[in-house]
Amino acid sequence: MGTRKYTILPVTRVEGHGKVTIHMNEANEVTEARLHIVEFRGFERFILGRPYWEVPVIVQRLCGICPVSHHLAAAKAMDRIVGGEDLTPTAEKMRRLMHYGQMFQSHALHFFHLSSPDLLFGTDGTALSAFDAPPEMRNILAVAGKFPELAVQGVMMRKYGQEVIKATAGKKIHGTGAIPGGINKNLSIEERDFLLKDIDKMIEWSKSAVKIAKDFTLGHVEELLPFGSFDSNHLSLVRKSDGALDLYDGVLRAVDKDGNRIVDDVDYQRYLEVVSEEVRSWSYMKFPFIKKLGHEQGWYRVGPLARLNTASFIPTPLAENERKEFKAVTNGKPNNVTMCYHWARMIELLHSIEMIQELLHDSDLQGTDLVTSGPRREETVGVLEAPRGTLFHHYRVDKNDAVVMANLIVSTTNNNEPMNQAVKRVAKDHFTGKSNITENLLNRIEVAIRAYDPCLSCATHALGKMPLVVELYDAGNSLLDSKIRE
Amino acid sequence: MTKNKQTLTITIDGKKIAVEEGITILKAAEKAGIYIPHLCAYKDLIPHGSCRVCSVRVNGRIQASCVQTVSEGMVIESDTAELLEYRRMIVDMLFVEGNHFCMFCEKSGHCELQAMAYRFGITAPQFPYLNPNRDIDLSHPDVFLDHNRCILCGRCVRTSQELDHKNVFQFVNRGHKKRLEVNAKGLAETDLNVTDSVVNACPVGALMKKRVGYEVPIGNRPFDHASIGSEIEKTEGERK
Repeated sequence: MGTRKYTILPVTRVEGHGKVTIHMNEANEVTEARLHIVEFRGFERFILGRPYWEVPVIVQRLCGICPVSHHLAAAKAMDRIVGGEDLTPTAEKMRRLMHYGQMFQSHALHFFHLSSPDLLFGTDGTALSAFDAPPEMRNILAVAGKFPELAVQGVMMRKYGQEVIKATAGKKIHGTGAIPGGINKNLSIEERDFLLKDIDKMIEWSKSAVKIAKDFTLGHVEELLPFGSFDSNHLSLVRKSDGALDLYDGVLRAVDKDGNRIVDDVDYQRYLEVVSEEVRSWSYMKFPFIKKLGHEQGWYRVGPLARLNTASFIPTPLAENERKEFKAVTNGKPNNVTMCYHWARMIELLHSIEMIQELLHDSDLQGTDLVTSGPRREETVGVLEAPRGTLFHHYRVDKNDAVVMANLIVSTTNNNEPMNQAVKRVAKDHFTGKSNITENLLNRIEVAIRAYDPCLSCATHALGKMPLVVELYDAGNSLLDSKIRE
Repeated sequence: MTKNKQTLTITIDGKKIAVEEGITILKAAEKAGIYIPHLCAYKDLIPHGSCRVCSVRVNGRIQASCVQTVSEGMVIESDTAELLEYRRMIVDMLFVEGNHFCMFCEKSGHCELQAMAYRFGITAPQFPYLNPNRDIDLSHPDVFLDHNRCILCGRCVRTSQELDHKNVFQFVNRGHKKRLEVNAKGLAETDLNVTDSVVNACPVGALMKKRVGYEVPIGNRPFDHASIGSEIEKTEGERK
């Protein structure tokens, strides 16, 4: 048998569309494995010439899952255009509430709707490994059939987060709350009381979600430790004063695989001094890296796992206790296990609902001082921690208010190389020596990609559809086998 | 010497109404609490009759109610399935002829074209999009003109002339090539002032004040809770 190339198209249960190709030689060894993003969106181009105050509302259309991230990152950038980056307490807290609402709903969506079939059916004794759930069980409906209470919790938690967004942005999806220099509404007493009604239940459910992720991880340590895992750098924002986990604002920090700080306390207005992007011909998604380490060594992870590796602590008690347990597993060193993203994500879910609770009790949310402004600027960067990781928005605006330059480095783009590394690792570990690639093996690739909760449509700024395909090619590059999932 | 205006009797959708002579069918209907959908008719400007959304049947013939004055015994049909369908088609064509992206337009919730589409139950256009290549004039310090959203109603042309006593806007070309132009290279070179009446005259998001977009939260915008025309349709008691 000659060399082969497998293609998985589309990769399922991720946001957007991706393709995986795996090349194998005559000896059935994996020689190359790649995640390709073949969507193209072009937001950076078509906002050119538009007035700057439209941008927070336009760019959130990149996505329907975490539009708030783009809405707020762009608003943070435009705050600086109008000189209004020192927001009023009401404006900043309303935006934070919106952001934590989004973090809560997005993390709940990913864990319960997209990933729980992988985690739940591998652990109930019906499957030999954590990844051997039968294909017909790997969906949210099967979860609802077997664990109805859990499925309801997942749906209701997502709904709760969406209600927080509606109360702050006017709509559950694609609202208008943040405007340059502030916010367009405060939180009414009625809205506050409506959200407080279910907060205790949400905290309890979030605690049990952390427990599910933790029990799954610790219960399958031997299998999960090597699965799609590799050492990497980690990057995120942390709170400026003390390095705490801060999802809305802060300074850039990056650590290496051992926890040494390679970037620290960097104002994100200077992000171009820290990160650069590499273009590769086979993907529409660019490959960012930390400049001083170069593109070979400088790539990094972002998102929940990276944030727990960079942050000094979590400023809410329940999530901080969970973080300590999480860190204890790696003796306080960075955690480089791909599958630990799930556990980290649920700790952030708990942190987000704790933050929502704290904010709901803050009377600043009923303030009426909503917008501020100062000296005008022409160039600006807005950065925040989106559910999937660090999100950079960079714009230039001319004196007539038109956007003349835009660069977006989206969370999933930051995780491009890590996802490719994960695919490569799983392919090498599980495909080598196999002449026949089964559905179950293909699912393992997807499980590794899903851990990163990629949003592929965001990351390529999508024109058209891209379903997941895996193709297998021989040494002469002729297609031997192909599996397609629409 | 002014002549006393006579009172005439007309019928709109079967309802007999006493009206003053000399007024248009549209105004007469409004006074009687009957809403006839319209876009280019605006305040007391000289009627334009260009959008044709206000078309009604007058004694069997289709007429634009914003330009047609009343006469004794007129029988007018407005709320009929046939006319509603014509109006929907007109609104539909206005949407596909320009680039109307309600999802991010700052006029959303304030826009008469969008509100009209909601009132008519239009959820998606039935005609193909023309996707014209149009520009946006951001040269003026306080006001901008986005040609993508212009529906050629002429409200700005007339408001500038009749209320502001300026002549900032004009139509150029004819037929499907007709477009709105400013009487200079760009808005910045005109005598347009942000306090001019014309800045509030545009029914869509074409002529807008700068840097105030999205200040009104969703839920508080004029058409978030009440459909266009509902103010006119309120009973006399409700209006008080």
